[in-house]
Amino acid sequence: MAGYIVKRFFASILTMFVLITITFFLMHAVPGGPFSPAEERKVPKSVMEKMEEKFGLNEPLGVQYVNYLKSIAQGDLGISFKQSDVTVNELISRGFPVSAKVGLIAIVIALIVGMLLGITSAIKRGKWPDWLSMIVATIGISIPNFVMTVLMLFLFVVVMKLLPSYGLSSWKHYILPVAGLAFGPIAYIARLMRSSMLEVMRQDYILTARAKGVPEYRVIFKHALKNAIIPIVTYLGPLVAALLTGSFIVERIFSIPGIGRDFVSGISDRDYSVILGLTVFLGIFIIISNFIVDILYAIIDKRVKIEE
Amino acid sequence: MKLLDVQNLRTTFHIEAGQVQAVRGISFHVNKGESIGIVGESGSGKSVSMLSLLKLLPSNAKLEADSVLFDGIELVKTDQKAMRKMLGNDIGMIFQDPMTSLNPLFTIGEQIMEPLRIHQKLSKEEARKKAIEILRTVEIPSPESRLKQYPHEFSGGMRQRVMIAIALSCSPKLLIADEPTTALDVTIQAQILDLMRDLRNKMDVSIVMITHDLGVIANMCNRIVVMYGGTIVEQGTTREIFYEPKHPYTWGLLRSIPQFSEGEKKKLISIPGSPPDLLRPPQGCAFTARCPHAMKICEKLPPQQISLSDTHQAACWLMHPKAAPHAKEVIS
Repeated sequence: MAGYIVKRFFASILTMFVLITITFFLMHAVPGGPFSPAEERKVPKSVMEKMEEKFGLNEPLGVQYVNYLKSIAQGDLGISFKQSDVTVNELISRGFPVSAKVGLIAIVIALIVGMLLGITSAIKRGKWPDWLSMIVATIGISIPNFVMTVLMLFLFVVVMKLLPSYGLSSWKHYILPVAGLAFGPIAYIARLMRSSMLEVMRQDYILTARAKGVPEYRVIFKHALKNAIIPIVTYLGPLVAALLTGSFIVERIFSIPGIGRDFVSGISDRDYSVILGLTVFLGIFIIISNFIVDILYAIIDKRVKIEE
Repeated sequence: MKLLDVQNLRTTFHIEAGQVQAVRGISFHVNKGESIGIVGESGSGKSVSMLSLLKLLPSNAKLEADSVLFDGIELVKTDQKAMRKMLGNDIGMIFQDPMTSLNPLFTIGEQIMEPLRIHQKLSKEEARKKAIEILRTVEIPSPESRLKQYPHEFSGGMRQRVMIAIALSCSPKLLIADEPTTALDVTIQAQILDLMRDLRNKMDVSIVMITHDLGVIANMCNRIVVMYGGTIVEQGTTREIFYEPKHPYTWGLLRSIPQFSEGEKKKLISIPGSPPDLLRPPQGCAFTARCPHAMKICEKLPPQQISLSDTHQAACWLMHPKAAPHAKEVIS
């Protein structure tokens, strides 16, 4: 186990290195920089040069790259080019809890609703509950979440005037962003759960459980579910990483001060340190959640041995 | 004293193409303390008939019967919920493939203790003790530590012993074994059959053994029911079936048992053709198309069960008085 963790750790460092390198050079390949003047307001050339010197942008790209690697090795993600009084580390510690809170609620809801829909669908196969939940799931998969979110915004805020449209100041404010985030995953989990459950219910050990006189609800929720849940666990890794680190679109639409929103504005501002810093953070997060999923496998299914 | 008495059982599967008449009116019984064997090839309805009367078939299967009495209880009217109370408690089941019949994600202990806790309401500790005891009965060494292991840590033969332990944990009155040795290799087969014989005597349980292998039931069962195309073509004591078989299908089955006699090489005889399509079951005797002795009547009318003794019945037109000259020719 310890050997496995050490191996995974070094593999992760390599992954991160590749991720940083690619992002760094791609980012600089995009025309313009953080201080490129907008068309309408010309900044004096001397001011530009002063600014670039301050942030080290006048150095050759290779030197900038090595400097960045050095500072990141010390855990310093640099300061924002646009809001020069804020470090990227501060930006993350301010935005991440907000994104994570909304994301976590969305994950819990997506899991509960998605699994229940999938299980119902599988048990009532070919009957109306199956049709209904698969229609919901197909809609959820085929309509992108920004379209869905805007539709809900229109319906509940503009037409019915039931819910607030931006910020997170009360529980009501959470409903739309959480729904927007959870809708796609609900649909995906429901479909995954349905097919996995149908497959498991055909297995011989389900007949054995029934022949032992196990009541049907226990056959479904104990014997079948534990086997059928494995594909959901696989999906959980990327899902947790995606939702906890904030959705670019949903945070933008509802003006939620999370890191997803910072990411979007970072990109349009060419705020190099913010883009890189958030990419690194997201990367680490995905690596950690995948690692936890692998451990979870071994806990659920004892046939899975963690390789040394 | 009859433990299980089945009268005119019919099982139909509703599928898109129509209705598959998997079991077409069978009647048999199992006495207390007796073992019977149900023999037939794949698709003859032997497993389906047992699973359907236990309400273990999917919802597209429909069971009809004049009466199915188990220990005085009418099973035709019993709903699935009430049936579950009997399953695992009064009736135990063992299945064909021990490699897939145990849930891979639960320990052997959990799987044996489950029926004990559900039916006999035992506490965890009591159930554990009982599980250890039953594992010892099915001759699994060091049961205390085996209890904490998962199915993948057991061999095929050991898993089948665990299945037997689960089926017998609540001391059922009836044990239904659906091809319990088919998936095992020959030496393990013999061990499992020995164990079952032994347990039958010790635990006073009646056994219904479903198999396609007459060899398996020869020294295990008191009586044999031969099924073909969803009907019973012949039933009788093991002696009667082996020494005085009356139905051409039974003759075919007996000839297809491999014979090992020293020195001489005998060709294994098979029954040509394939079983009838039960979506459109034949009007007359189901075996007509493959029967070397078929007469004109066989195609048109199903033969009636003819009693040859108190225990021996067969359904074949050859035994009709009018078929006598033809039959004489066949038998000689």
